Amino acid sequence: MNLRLFLIAASWLALWADPLRGLLESDMAAHMTLQVPLLIALGLALATTIRLYEPRFFAEADWLGIPGIVLVIFATSFWMLPRALDSAIADPWIDAAKFISLPLLAGLPLGLSWSRMPALGRAFIWANFIPKVGAIGALYLAAPTRLCAYYRFDQQASAGWTLIGIAVLLGTLWFVIAFIGRPPRNAHKAAPPHIMALPPPYAGS
Amino acid sequence: MPRGFLPLVAIVAAAGTAALARETDGFRVITTAGARQLAIERTPAPLPDVQLVDQDGHAFRLSDYLGKRILVDFFYSRCPTICTARGEDFQRVRELMDDGGDASIGLLSISFDPGNDDREARKLYGDRFSAKTPRWRIAVPTDSGDLAALLKSFGVVVIPDGLGGFIHNDAVYLVDAYGRLARILDPQDPKQLLAEAKGAP
Repeated sequence: MNLRLFLIAASWLALWADPLRGLLESDMAAHMTLQVPLLIALGLALATTIRLYEPRFFAEADWLGIPGIVLVIFATSFWMLPRALDSAIADPWIDAAKFISLPLLAGLPLGLSWSRMPALGRAFIWANFIPKVGAIGALYLAAPTRLCAYYRFDQQASAGWTLIGIAVLLGTLWFVIAFIGRPPRNAHKAAPPHIMALPPPYAGS
Repeated sequence: MPRGFLPLVAIVAAAGTAALARETDGFRVITTAGARQLAIERTPAPLPDVQLVDQDGHAFRLSDYLGKRILVDFFYSRCPTICTARGEDFQRVRELMDDGGDASIGLLSISFDPGNDDREARKLYGDRFSAKTPRWRIAVPTDSGDLAALLKSFGVVVIPDGLGGFIHNDAVYLVDAYGRLARILDPQDPKQLLAEAKGAP
């Protein structure tokens, strides 16, 4: 069995099993900003393997990654609903649906479609996603009532601050990358040492 | 544009919209409490006929109220905040009814903390708001299994507050003359509460 698939399955099971599941779901901030992104990350990891076996029809129909990213937006929006989070806590079957849908309907299509998206499309997604995370955080802080039946008011506020913190962090990172640029990823390959150091007999041949 | 692109986008968008619409009851609610409120407004829900005991130690059943509308709230007597506010609202509702010589609406406060809220504690809690039976009963189910059934049917979620107390829905429940949960009311002006109760079947 492929080691990567094994690790993904093991991580998925570890997230599902107690105490990790109970621990992450007992706090609103941990539920939203740790468990959900980790489940999406498992789907992303899965995409690197699945990509090799992706049917040609799907790869072509996923033009510029648009259908895939639309699916990601719907799947993540669904699990942002306070009612959906409540249902996941109250009903293990709904929680199972979350554990299946976030990797397969959010992480996996994100991983497959992202590389098909043009740079401007990716920038558009980032530019929408980051302020939205901050806005949801601000809404949690401003809400006069509890939004989730299973979380306390102070947990809602700390989830709000965590989301704002993530938005600020991502926004800063994105700003730096967009306006200053990131270090070239292949800098170390610019002058491969084995070519620089060709033994004399082969030099110039 | 490749073949298959438009149908794929359409399927994804339609399925996604349908899922979101279902979970938000047609884009009207995002919270569990909101969804429950809307569902009850559409279809009043039957309630289990459990036995309770009031602050004077008298046992009674929910079905004893058949033919009479009641306003119900849930509390625990150590609650420092919202239970007191709802208690004061009920006290005002009772005063308003007294002023009008009206006894058509019953008041019922149910504790979800039977371990602490024994008869004495309920009596003390009732005295804070001059609650007298049978007009305003401060009660607890006689059976702990009944408490869970009662909370479930009213849609009350009780969670620990991390400080030894509880956090629970802040709402007033209107039970109609047929013994059904007819409305879940947001806390509001006691005059309005009374008007809502009188408007129920």
